[in-house]
Amino acid sequence: MPTETPAPPRLEIKGIRKVYPSVIANDGIDLTVMPGEIHAVLGENGAGKSTLMKVIYGVIRPDEGELRWEGQPVTIPSPGQARDLGIGMVFQHFSLFETLSVVQNVALAIPGEFDLPALSKRIEEVSTRYGLPVDPRRLVHALSVGERQRVEIIRCLLQNPRLLILDEPTSVLTPQAVRKLFETLRQLASEGVSILYISHKLDEIQELCHKATVLRNGKVTGTCTPSQETPKTMARMMIGEDLPVCHHGEPGDGGEVRLRIERLSQPTEDPFGTHLHGINLEVRAGEIVGIAGVSGNGQQELLRAISGEEPLADHQAVQMCGVPVGHFTPTRRRALGMCFVPEERLGRGAVPRLTLTENILLTAYRKGMLFSGLIKWGVAKKFAEDCIARFDVKCGGANSEAKSLSGGNLQKFIVGREIMQEPRLLVLAQPTWGVDVGASSFIRRTLLDLRNSGTAILVISEELEELFEICDRIVVIAKGTLSPSKVTSETGVEEIGIWMSGMWPDAEKPGDAPHVA
Amino acid sequence: MGLNFISSILFATVVAGTPLIIVALGELVTEKAGVLNLGAEGTMSVGAVAAFAVAHHTGNPFLGILAGMGAGILMSLLFGISALTLMANQVASGLALSIFGVGLSAFIGKPYESVALASVEPIRIPLLHKIPLFGPALFEQQGLVYFSWVLIVAVAWFLYRTKAGLVLRAVGESPVSAHSIGYGVVRIRYQAVLFGGAMAGIGGAFMSVFYTPMWVEGMVAGRGWIALSLVVFATWRPARVMIGAYLFGGCMIAQMFVQGSGVRINIPAQFLSAMPYAATVLVLVLISRNRGTIRLNSPASLGQTFLPDA
Repeated sequence: MPTETPAPPRLEIKGIRKVYPSVIANDGIDLTVMPGEIHAVLGENGAGKSTLMKVIYGVIRPDEGELRWEGQPVTIPSPGQARDLGIGMVFQHFSLFETLSVVQNVALAIPGEFDLPALSKRIEEVSTRYGLPVDPRRLVHALSVGERQRVEIIRCLLQNPRLLILDEPTSVLTPQAVRKLFETLRQLASEGVSILYISHKLDEIQELCHKATVLRNGKVTGTCTPSQETPKTMARMMIGEDLPVCHHGEPGDGGEVRLRIERLSQPTEDPFGTHLHGINLEVRAGEIVGIAGVSGNGQQELLRAISGEEPLADHQAVQMCGVPVGHFTPTRRRALGMCFVPEERLGRGAVPRLTLTENILLTAYRKGMLFSGLIKWGVAKKFAEDCIARFDVKCGGANSEAKSLSGGNLQKFIVGREIMQEPRLLVLAQPTWGVDVGASSFIRRTLLDLRNSGTAILVISEELEELFEICDRIVVIAKGTLSPSKVTSETGVEEIGIWMSGMWPDAEKPGDAPHVA
Repeated sequence: MGLNFISSILFATVVAGTPLIIVALGELVTEKAGVLNLGAEGTMSVGAVAAFAVAHHTGNPFLGILAGMGAGILMSLLFGISALTLMANQVASGLALSIFGVGLSAFIGKPYESVALASVEPIRIPLLHKIPLFGPALFEQQGLVYFSWVLIVAVAWFLYRTKAGLVLRAVGESPVSAHSIGYGVVRIRYQAVLFGGAMAGIGGAFMSVFYTPMWVEGMVAGRGWIALSLVVFATWRPARVMIGAYLFGGCMIAQMFVQGSGVRINIPAQFLSAMPYAATVLVLVLISRNRGTIRLNSPASLGQTFLPDA
C-alpha cells in the first residue's frame, strides 16, 4: 500500500459527542490521523477512549459529530461498514471463537470465497512477513493469550486495513512479546497503514507513537508529540495532576509464615485449564510476594486452590497461619484471617444486582454486622460508607447497585472492603487491572501500608511494572509450575520476562512448551 | 421368530426413530446458533394436527407435510418474535410455546379425533428392498425416512463444510464477537429458529400422516422433549443424534414386542414403557461424558439473549 505524500488525513473526526443516561462519554472530541502515523489515544479508565474507538469502528453511533475518511465525510453505522472502509480493530477482549480453529476464525472475517486451504496459505504468508508466528490449524482455545492476539492482528491484516485500531494490546504480553509487536506495528506504519494505539502505559507510547491525543473525562485535554514529552508531563495531561510516587519501605525481616503452599499438584478437568504441579510457596507477615506470568498458565487454578473455591484432597498442600486448610471452604479460610480479591469483579468479587452495602455484608459480616444471625444494617451501611469515602469510590451512595459502578471504581470498592477487614493474609488477583493510573497508585500505596502494618500479601498480576513497584519478592508461574522466588531488587524485568516463558534455571522439565506469548 | 421377526423389528425401529431425527436435527441447528427453543413438543403437535387436517381434506399426504412444515415455521416465528426480537427469556418462551402448542393442537384436532387416514404406500428402491433382514428397514420406507438420512448428511455438511455453517456456529459460540466482526446475529438466529420450527413441523407431520396414521390428542407423547434431550446428549453432533434416535426407537419397539408377545414376565408394563427413555439417556450420557468434547461442541452462548451495544 504505497502512500502519496500530499494525501488528506486518513481519518479526521470532529466534535464527536456521545451521551449515556448517567455520563457524557465523549464531549466534542477532535482527532486527526495521517497515513502511516502511529497515533496514541491516551487516557485513564472512563476517559472515553473505548467509546471513541467504538464510534470509529461503527459499534455505537455518536449523538453528534462528523467523521471524514480520506477527506470524504462518512457515517459508519456498523462494524461491517467500518471494515469495508478499511478499518480493522484488535479488541482488548478478543473477538475470537474459542472452539474454532485459527483459519476458521480468520475465514469468518474475510469476505469472498470459502477456501480454507488457500486461506491457511495466506495466513502463513502474512505471519512470516510480519513476524507473527501462528499455526492456522490449531484451535483457538489451545493458544496462549499472546498467540490469540497475533490471530486477531493477522485477521485484521488480511483485510488490508488502512487504519488499524489496537485497544490496550500489551496488557497481556511479556516484555519480549511487546517488543516484537512494536516491530510489527512499525513495519505496518512504514507501509502506510495508520494505527490508533490505545493505552495508558506512558513509556510504551513514548517509545512507539508519533502523535498522541490525551483524553480526560470525555474531553481532549491535549495533543502532543510523545518523543518530546516525559512520562511525567503526559501523566499530568492525563490525570490533571502529578502522579503520586510510591515509597517502598525496607523489605520485611521475615515475620511468621502466613501462607505456605507445599507440593501442591492439582489436575484440572477443564479442557481449557492448566494442571498445577509441584507448587511450593511461602508468604510471611509483613511482605508482599508477587506472582508474575502470562495469563492462562495456571493463575486461575492456583487462585482457586488458595481461596478454597476448589477444595484439595491434600490438607497439607495449603496452610494458613500454621493450620492445614486444603479441605477448608472459603468461609473457614476467611475465618482464619484470609481475605481475597478475585480477578472478576462482577460475579465473583461482587454480586451485580446487590447494593454496595449488601456486597459489604457478603464478606465483612464478621465485623460486627450480625446479631444472633440478624443483620445490623446500620453497621453494614456505615462500613460501606467508610469504604466509599476512604477509597474515593465514585458512586451514587451505599445503596447503589454494584453493577452501576465503573470497573475501576468497583475494584477500589472491593479492594477497600477486603483491606478494611484487617486481614492477616490478603490474596489479590490483578488488583489494578483496568483501574486508572490515579486509583492504581492509590491501591498500591494502600497495599504497602498494609504490608508495613504486618499483613502478608500475595499479588497475582500480569503487569510486571506493578509487581516490581510493590513486591518484596517475585515468583513466576508458567505452565502450572512455579519458579524459585527472587528478591525484587536483585532481579529485573528482563530476567522475569524470560522466566515467564518457563525458562528459569533448573526448571523441572522442559516437557511441553509453556504458554509463551 | 427368525429372520422375519428381526426384520420387522428393524423396520419398526427405523420408522420410530425418523421423527426424532428430523426434529432433533432442526433443534440442533437452532441450538448451534445459540438459541434454546424448548418449544419442540408444541411445535410438533401443531405440525402434526395441521398436516393431518390438510392430508385428510385434500387426500394428499405431500400437501400434509407442507402444511406441517408451515405450521412449524409459524410456531417458531412466534418464539422468534418473543425471544429474539422482544428479547424475552428463551427458556420461558420455549416452555410457553410447548404448553400452548399442545393445547392448541388438541383444540384444532377435536373434529379429527380418531379419524384415520389411508396409509401411504412406501417407496421401494428396486432390488435393494429384497435384501433379507435389512431390505425392508432401509429400502422400503416412506419418503420422509429417506429425507431424514439426507438431512443428517446435509446438516453435518452445512455446519462443518460451508461458510454459512461456520458463521452459524460462530454466532452460537459468541454473539458479541460475531456482531463485532459484522454479522447480523439476530437475523442468523431467526433463520436457525425457523429452520428448527420447519423440521419440528415435518416431524409432527410424519407422526400423524405416516406413522399412526391418525389423529389422537397427545399423540406426540413427549417425542419433542426426547428430541431436545437427544441434541444435548449427542453433544450437538448430527451422527450421534441418529444413533440416539434409533436407540430410542429400537427400545420403544422392543418393549412393545415384549408386551405384546404374551411372554409372561414379572416386570410392570409401566417400567417397560419407561425403558426407551431411560436407556436412551443412559447410553448417550455414557458415550458423551468426555468433558472436552462437550466444551468443544456445545454452543457457548446457548440460551443467552443477545443485546447489541446501543
